[in-house]
Amino acid sequence: MRKIWLIIKREYLTRVRKRSFIVMTILGPLLMAAIVVVPIYIATTTNETKRVAVIDETGLFYEKFKDSDNIKFHYLVSDIWSAKENFGKSGDYALLYIPRTEVALPTNALLYSNKQVNINVKSYIHNVMSKRVEDLKLEAQLRDIAKGESTPINVDDLLRSIKTSVDINTMKIGDDGKEEKSYTEVSMVLGMFTAILIYFFIFMFGTQVMRGVIEEKTNRIVEVIVSSVKPFQLMMGKIIGVAMVGLTQFLLWVALTFMIVTVVTSSFSSGSKVEKLQEKVINQPASGFNSHEVFNVPAQKESDEGVSEVFAAINSINFPVMIGSFIFFILFGYLMYAALFAAIGGAVDSEADTQQFILPITVPLLLAIILAQFIIQEPEGPVAFWLSMIPFTSPVVMMIRIPFGVPYWQVLLSMVLLLLGFLGTTWMAGKIYRTGILMYGKKLSYRELWKWIRY
Amino acid sequence: MDLFTATDISKQFSAHKALDKVSLTVKEGSIFGLLGPNGAGKTTFIRIINQIIAPDEGTLQFMGRKLIPTDVDQIGYLPEERGLYKKMKVGEQALYLAQLKGLSRAEAHKRLLYWFSNFEILGWWNRKVEELSKGMQQKVQFIITIIHQPKLLIFDEPFSGFDPINVNLLKEEILNLRNQGSTIIFSTHNMASVEELCDHIALIDQAKKILDGNVKEVKKTFATNTFEIRFNNFTGDIRSFLPEAWEITGEERDEDLRVTTVRLPSDCGPNDLLRLLIPHTTIHALNEIIPSMNDIFIRVVTQQEGAGNTSTETPSA
Repeated sequence: MRKIWLIIKREYLTRVRKRSFIVMTILGPLLMAAIVVVPIYIATTTNETKRVAVIDETGLFYEKFKDSDNIKFHYLVSDIWSAKENFGKSGDYALLYIPRTEVALPTNALLYSNKQVNINVKSYIHNVMSKRVEDLKLEAQLRDIAKGESTPINVDDLLRSIKTSVDINTMKIGDDGKEEKSYTEVSMVLGMFTAILIYFFIFMFGTQVMRGVIEEKTNRIVEVIVSSVKPFQLMMGKIIGVAMVGLTQFLLWVALTFMIVTVVTSSFSSGSKVEKLQEKVINQPASGFNSHEVFNVPAQKESDEGVSEVFAAINSINFPVMIGSFIFFILFGYLMYAALFAAIGGAVDSEADTQQFILPITVPLLLAIILAQFIIQEPEGPVAFWLSMIPFTSPVVMMIRIPFGVPYWQVLLSMVLLLLGFLGTTWMAGKIYRTGILMYGKKLSYRELWKWIRY
Repeated sequence: MDLFTATDISKQFSAHKALDKVSLTVKEGSIFGLLGPNGAGKTTFIRIINQIIAPDEGTLQFMGRKLIPTDVDQIGYLPEERGLYKKMKVGEQALYLAQLKGLSRAEAHKRLLYWFSNFEILGWWNRKVEELSKGMQQKVQFIITIIHQPKLLIFDEPFSGFDPINVNLLKEEILNLRNQGSTIIFSTHNMASVEELCDHIALIDQAKKILDGNVKEVKKTFATNTFEIRFNNFTGDIRSFLPEAWEITGEERDEDLRVTTVRLPSDCGPNDLLRLLIPHTTIHALNEIIPSMNDIFIRVVTQQEGAGNTSTETPSA
């Protein structure tokens, strides 16, 4: 144990002190901050007015949508089908359709557009609608109380009872007039973001493990080391050490990104409107960034009703499961793949020889990322299910599915399978590694590797 | 006392037999030479001692009991394929490797300072390995191998890559270590250094041990009862007064002396040779021709290959 700890320490310290680590640590947040800050900048500088057509079948929202600085509303008296057909010619930015409801107050609306609907427009509409529905509910309650049909209740309960969240589904109208659901949902952003994060983590740090092994082999130091420790200890020490480096880098990125975004946005703020806008824009992508910021969200919830829609979506996600699975899948996904990368590093003589062996292990991960857009459309489908069970794809695919809600038994089964996959690949990788690190100048084939596994 | 005993060690790498029932005994405080042509199985055997790989069959005894995993801290190993982390600082690296052998950081530091100043490389402590010359890297590796004062030291081709001055320095240190009680296993092709350093040798060829014994005794058994005589004052053929069975294996001139080598039958000795020659010539010198380890090596190995077992298997590296 002491020896494996020494190995982890060396792997960690030599990497963290490298110039490339420091450069990456600084560049990463700058890039991420740019992703966050640039949309704000664009949002605050473009003054293009967006026209939104409204078809209100309920009649409850007539004249309620007030024009703002860059959103103008006009009401259409037409049915939704012809409106949709004419949408392309109208030059409108979006078409808001509030369908008739029979008994209850409307809590659904559809927002059609031929582009991705701006979050500001969406949250403005959401605000107006929620406010109006809440007012109506309040009126009804007060009326009932006045009539004596309902017993007076205290204000808090009353306010809670009228609290309404309106669902606005955005639909994209294609050029051919066909409509498709557009996924601006937070679940999607969150699922994709964590999946891509896991994908990159596995690749970045998996290849670092591989390079480290190749370095030891080409330096010819490996035999000196394995005369002191078991090859398996050396391999695991390296994998764990590199994982710590990855963790450090990610934590630094989160902290630095947060700092940069805070500094830049506060320097932007010159008026309350702008500030509000920034918050909206920041909060939306930031929600997918990392657990810390996500944790902060509930505290900010009351501060700005404009983003409540985003928060409503966030609240619908089971965060303990989300965060717990994220940690589990990134950790064991990495461990499983890192072992394979270590085996490749041990088997080859130089980085140039790695290509033919890297390809087969990258295909499952690549496939998972490529199929992500289909999985998002059908997170409960058989493809999504099976890919989230197979250990080679589950770290990525399960993270896409989880924000949409996955039965516990599936999450647990997937975790157990990943754990088994990790044990299996590590055992196999250990065998290849053990033989490979002491072999030089051998022409490698898969048959040769198979022999090593059976030694 | 025997420090290390291997009994009937066999190791198979798929189709290739690397070791076939090899048994060896290394006495405490001796320098043991492990000889053999390339690919004979020496490195495999050494890796088995270091517990880097496990034998398929056979037992290993160390300090009078079974060899156990923690014994790696009692063994120092300088592999033939050796190197250091190029980007790491020399001192830091030496500390790391010494700690991997079980030394505490403080103890490792103390001992390293001693050895670094002894080898006059203290000034390189904070330099990166890639800035060092090959010879200096070898010195660092040597220090790392011995730093934990192991009971058993194993050197695989220790002198390759050293200049003659450093080879001498190393030989001296190896003898010093032996005198301080370390036991040394030496694997090499360099037969001159074997004769100079080793007490005992074993020769492995094609996975089998084919020769084992004390260096002097081995040489004696390979002596062919051949003598070299230097004489003058005789111009005829000495063949004429030597018995039929005696074989003249060489004749040359050295200035005004004639140098002749004669191989005697086993029941005759140098005195018989002198008795026959003295009446005719003036003898200047008589030496027994003792085969060098190099000759023995070549002889045994070619004999072995001639003995039918001409396998063409390519041994693993």
